[in-house]
Amino acid sequence: MRVFVEGIGLLGPGLNGWKNSMPLLKNAGEWKMHPLCVPDPVSLPAVERRRAGQAVRLALAVGFEAHVNAQRDPSVTETVFTSSGGDSPSLHTNCEALAHTNPEVSPTRFHNSVHNAPAGYWGIASRSRESSTSLCAFDASFAVGLLHSTVHVLIDHRVVALIAYDVPYTDPIDHVRPIISAFATSFLLTPEKTEHAIACLDIMRMDGRKRPWLPVMDPDMAKLSLGTPAGRSLPLLIAIASGLTMKVDIEELPGHRLEVEVSAC
Amino acid sequence: MNIPDNSFSTPGSRMNPLVLTHVSLVNALGPGIRATLEALQKTRGGLVRCAFHSSELDTWVGQVPGVDEIRLPSFLSDHECRNNRLALLGIEQDGFADAVKSAKKRYGRNRIGLFLGTSTSGLEETEWAYRHRDPDSGALPVGYCYRGTQNTYSLGSFVQKVLDLDGPTVVVSSSCASTAKVFAEASRMIESGLCDAAVVGGADSLCLTTLYGFQSLGLLSKSPCRPFDENRDGISIGEGSGFALLEKSVADSDPSDIRLVGVGESSDAYHMSSPHPDGLGAVMAMRRALESAGLAACDVDYVHLHGTATKANDSSEDKAVVVIFGKGKPCSSTKGWTGHGLGISGIMNAIVAMLCIQYHFMPGSLNTSRLDPSLQSGYLMETREDSVNRVMSNSFGFGGCNCSLILGRTI
Repeated sequence: MRVFVEGIGLLGPGLNGWKNSMPLLKNAGEWKMHPLCVPDPVSLPAVERRRAGQAVRLALAVGFEAHVNAQRDPSVTETVFTSSGGDSPSLHTNCEALAHTNPEVSPTRFHNSVHNAPAGYWGIASRSRESSTSLCAFDASFAVGLLHSTVHVLIDHRVVALIAYDVPYTDPIDHVRPIISAFATSFLLTPEKTEHAIACLDIMRMDGRKRPWLPVMDPDMAKLSLGTPAGRSLPLLIAIASGLTMKVDIEELPGHRLEVEVSAC
Repeated sequence: MNIPDNSFSTPGSRMNPLVLTHVSLVNALGPGIRATLEALQKTRGGLVRCAFHSSELDTWVGQVPGVDEIRLPSFLSDHECRNNRLALLGIEQDGFADAVKSAKKRYGRNRIGLFLGTSTSGLEETEWAYRHRDPDSGALPVGYCYRGTQNTYSLGSFVQKVLDLDGPTVVVSSSCASTAKVFAEASRMIESGLCDAAVVGGADSLCLTTLYGFQSLGLLSKSPCRPFDENRDGISIGEGSGFALLEKSVADSDPSDIRLVGVGESSDAYHMSSPHPDGLGAVMAMRRALESAGLAACDVDYVHLHGTATKANDSSEDKAVVVIFGKGKPCSSTKGWTGHGLGISGIMNAIVAMLCIQYHFMPGSLNTSRLDPSLQSGYLMETREDSVNRVMSNSFGFGGCNCSLILGRTI
């Protein structure tokens, strides 16, 4: 299945935007795990901006960045959101509140804890009335999100923004579900090649174990990639940043992988 | 694996119908499809005063009895939670597991996709774990399994193992539209050639987060919910599970088969917990469903509404239905029977739509005593027996996520 990437958004530790990060991804060794900077969601009205947690801020930032880089109007794109845990800090706050004798849940924390909350905020910020689907596949959330958004692009013949994000849990859930850093990325995908296309992806869902088709990767970046579900996009991001033609393997659900042939446009 | 160019559909083009060859359902009306059918026909509701766990909320719920007594197969004990128990109960109804077994023989286990929906997955397990933290260290109790219960994908992992499927699998969590949107995902994935058939559906279960969460938003009714009533004051939360096996419609398919003929999706782009007051997103979803079915509004006999019984939701949906269908189209909500199943309401609504076609009726509205005079759609207070060939089934969720399905048979 062939789709084209027109724009990318990226926020992770030491990765502050796609264009800033390209040289760091291309040249292993230059990247350092600096703290993540999460921008204010200026596209949201004041009330929603106050209510937005880190997951929403990250998802919106990379979503808009991908559209800016592709020079696309976000109000007409479909979206596929994918995340392992959604706005995970809200889960902790709600469960802590519910463990009290007289439980009271904050309405904002409640709606933020819903898995598709970032998609709802995205609709408000982007004014897009197009379809938005929120997915989860545990550690394979990025790969499965990429597969579904590719199918949306090809079957609906639409421009689709894939937005993958994850934020760490707080104590005590972080002990049972460690996510080492917040991370978010967005791919603006189109069915046809346009003047803004930066890469072409040929994607196949394959049976069997992952094969060693990975770009050269800094060991700490490899840890980041495995330590956050959305970070499993890093090999693909490195391949696109390198501008070369290469095959990348992304682990999907157990027993499956996505084989992605990346070529520059 | 690459799709030839000529298989691309263009925007607004018709979808290829899929046959719902087998379905199963569990909700507050009982296990199995027949329980729901009989309850609808005999006007017997399933809502009870809420006595869920320690909750002291003054509300009513559509609780499935006996879920706590169900035990998962021992090889899946790490998935033990209310949501997966409900899913298992659903799989065991209506011969569904056998239907999947026979489909695996025809297609192969890796050619059947699994597209499930839930809103809260096994969250009740995490709520329990937080009540049982170590008093000194604050640690969660030993034995709490995040991956098998809390994570939204737990349901996908569980059902995939129970049914022994190996095709593309995902969990959609788009709040109350989740198990309507799984039909859209399945349709696209089959169209793409990544699978030949699909199991769709899901499970959603009562938990304190949704009970107290909706309470905090002022959206929980103190009485059994009253869709479209002048004095409606909110939802009654329900739970359940439901599944459908979707297969391609072939030339010699039985004309009485119920098919998914149209799907429409949209977003409100308006508010996190309130629908667009004029139902703009709902209008778009319903219009797109008609377009993808290649049908006009007059071709639809009945609209099975989302109809949650909040002031804002019913008013918004009513306006949208009138825009698409005019004022007289028969429509109603069955939330008065089952409660609002949140993430499971999409497939519950779709299966009821299927029953309406098969058994020639359109359900009236339970608990609604005086129809809100400001609402203008053709809302049915009493069950009507009539031939029904096509039904639109609506699911509109939190965050302004909308999905309308059209089910029908060949006429």
